[in-house]
Amino acid sequence: MTDIPQIAAQPRNQWWDVWDQFKTHKGALIGAIFFLVILLGVIFGPWLWGIDATFIDIRSRNQGPSFAHPMGTDQLGRDSFARMMAGGRVSLAVGLTAMALAIGLGTLIGVIAGYFKRLDGLLMRTTDLFLALPLLPLLLVIIMLFRDKLNAAFGPEGGIFILMVSAIGATSWMQTARIVRGDVLAIKEREFVLAARSIGTPNRRMITRHILPNVLSPIMVSATLGIANAIITESALSFLGLGFPPDFPTWGRLLFDSVDYLQQYPERVMWPGLAISLTVLSVNYMGDGLRDALDPKIRGR
Amino acid sequence: MFTFTIRRLILTIPTLLFISLVLFTIVKLSPSDPTGNLPLTIPPEVREKIRESLGVNKPLLVQYLLWLKQFFWLEPRIFLEHSFGWNLGTADETRLISYQTRSPVMDLIVQRLPQTLWVVGVAYLVGTLIALPIGIISAYKQYSVFDQLGTLVSMIGFSVPPFFSGVLVIVIFSVMIPSDSYFWLPSIYDTTHEVTDWASFKYQFRQMIMPVMVLALQITAQISRFTRASMLDNLNQDYVRTARAKGLKEKTVVLVHVLRNSMIPVVTVIALGIPSIFGGAIITEQVFKVNGLGQLLIIAIQGGDVPTVQTLTFIFAILIVLFNLIADVLYGILDPRIRYD
Repeated sequence: MTDIPQIAAQPRNQWWDVWDQFKTHKGALIGAIFFLVILLGVIFGPWLWGIDATFIDIRSRNQGPSFAHPMGTDQLGRDSFARMMAGGRVSLAVGLTAMALAIGLGTLIGVIAGYFKRLDGLLMRTTDLFLALPLLPLLLVIIMLFRDKLNAAFGPEGGIFILMVSAIGATSWMQTARIVRGDVLAIKEREFVLAARSIGTPNRRMITRHILPNVLSPIMVSATLGIANAIITESALSFLGLGFPPDFPTWGRLLFDSVDYLQQYPERVMWPGLAISLTVLSVNYMGDGLRDALDPKIRGR
Repeated sequence: MFTFTIRRLILTIPTLLFISLVLFTIVKLSPSDPTGNLPLTIPPEVREKIRESLGVNKPLLVQYLLWLKQFFWLEPRIFLEHSFGWNLGTADETRLISYQTRSPVMDLIVQRLPQTLWVVGVAYLVGTLIALPIGIISAYKQYSVFDQLGTLVSMIGFSVPPFFSGVLVIVIFSVMIPSDSYFWLPSIYDTTHEVTDWASFKYQFRQMIMPVMVLALQITAQISRFTRASMLDNLNQDYVRTARAKGLKEKTVVLVHVLRNSMIPVVTVIALGIPSIFGGAIITEQVFKVNGLGQLLIIAIQGGDVPTVQTLTFIFAILIVLFNLIADVLYGILDPRIRYD
């Protein structure tokens, strides 16, 4: 009797393969861990850290780092560490929401343009038009114009948050749309789509069941890079003095405020600057690793 | 190729018109009033007259067409008059007037342009010159220490925003280093400084180091990545093996055969990056207090100066469209495989 060789390997979910490949990229792994730490830190940190970000203790103003205040205090005696965590919360919230908006919009337009041939020309010309707009000046103008109206409607913090997120989202979906459209065009010609169509799959299910899962990897990569872009844009706007109100900290705003004290307390610009740079760096590395991990051609090697 | 260029050139006209309409409408929606900054003692009927003279009471479409006429017909003629001394009869027409300074917008832009061009142009040149060798060497020695270092530097260039890198170099070179030291650098870019002799040239050089380097870091990051990827694509091609097999020197193979072919996408990226640099320079100009176009835009936005904002953003848009066109045409000229017609 001959032994029938047992099939040793269990069928695996493909996401385990992706994870295995992702793990081999050291920079991406460190980046992901760092981003997770920052994310958890800004979500749970303010609860654990006893001092409120807006608590003014004028007698202990302008202190250097100590055990009571690990990052020192600012010109009003507010604890810089608490302000950094509160600021990170806003910065990351803006980054993640704006990214989600941009990705949603980009995917929608990309899929529609790629799938429905009739709309392709129109949508892609629109994308080209948006790409030709000068984005940073336009963002500055939009924020300047609509700030007061939205502030009146949703309060100073809510208004500027909505404005910031929608402005950044509406001006950064174009790359995603282009990439997704290209991929959809290629996938549409494959046999499995033809097979699905031959059994009478309606367009809606065709897109959600067959097309979207196959364009997921470029979307995920542009999502990570989108976070980095949104965080930098938000800080840049805050740095130019057109972001959140002064008593409402974000990393960009904290950096902007610290520049006034550059001569006396140069270390104060370091904290928000390092936080922005390291977060963006970790997100970029994460995107780099994700790109490799999601590419089946690289994964097997 | 020629027909393609012509076709693209014609296609830019509706694009630019549409963009100008969008920008015009967005800026016009602003609640800012051109008479808002005038003294309160001016009676309302005079105010109304001022508004009328500025043309703010007319319907939006009329205002837009008027602006188009001023931008595309009047201002170019005035430019020609100034540069050649002709008389084209522009003296009694209303130019685009800034609400803030009450002087023609174009004059403001012409005043600010040299500073921006000087700082940004030098930065772009320096950044490209640093990026190309880095990209070439890191592709040729892929996965070497140099390549890893190059990747790290470009990742930093991507991740550290100019408002932090700028402030950081100010902390190091202007604050921590004592001002009598040789390595001290001025943190504020003095645009009234004139180069007359060696000492003033040295000062000009020193004050340009920081803004130029901050801008150049970002440019280097982008272009060196592109050069590396493009070189890697070409290094594995068959013609490289052929060139080596027929006994060409390694230097010739890399620097003549591979580099030439790799430069095709890189040149277009360099062209595409030029307009975005004007936008990115807004922040760098703000950090180093360079009174260039970016700073003019910020002041105009904060002051609700509608004509200046409209004109400046539209000029940025023209630059983007123009360099997109240049990049497309360059691509066709450099690569005979990609001819669009």
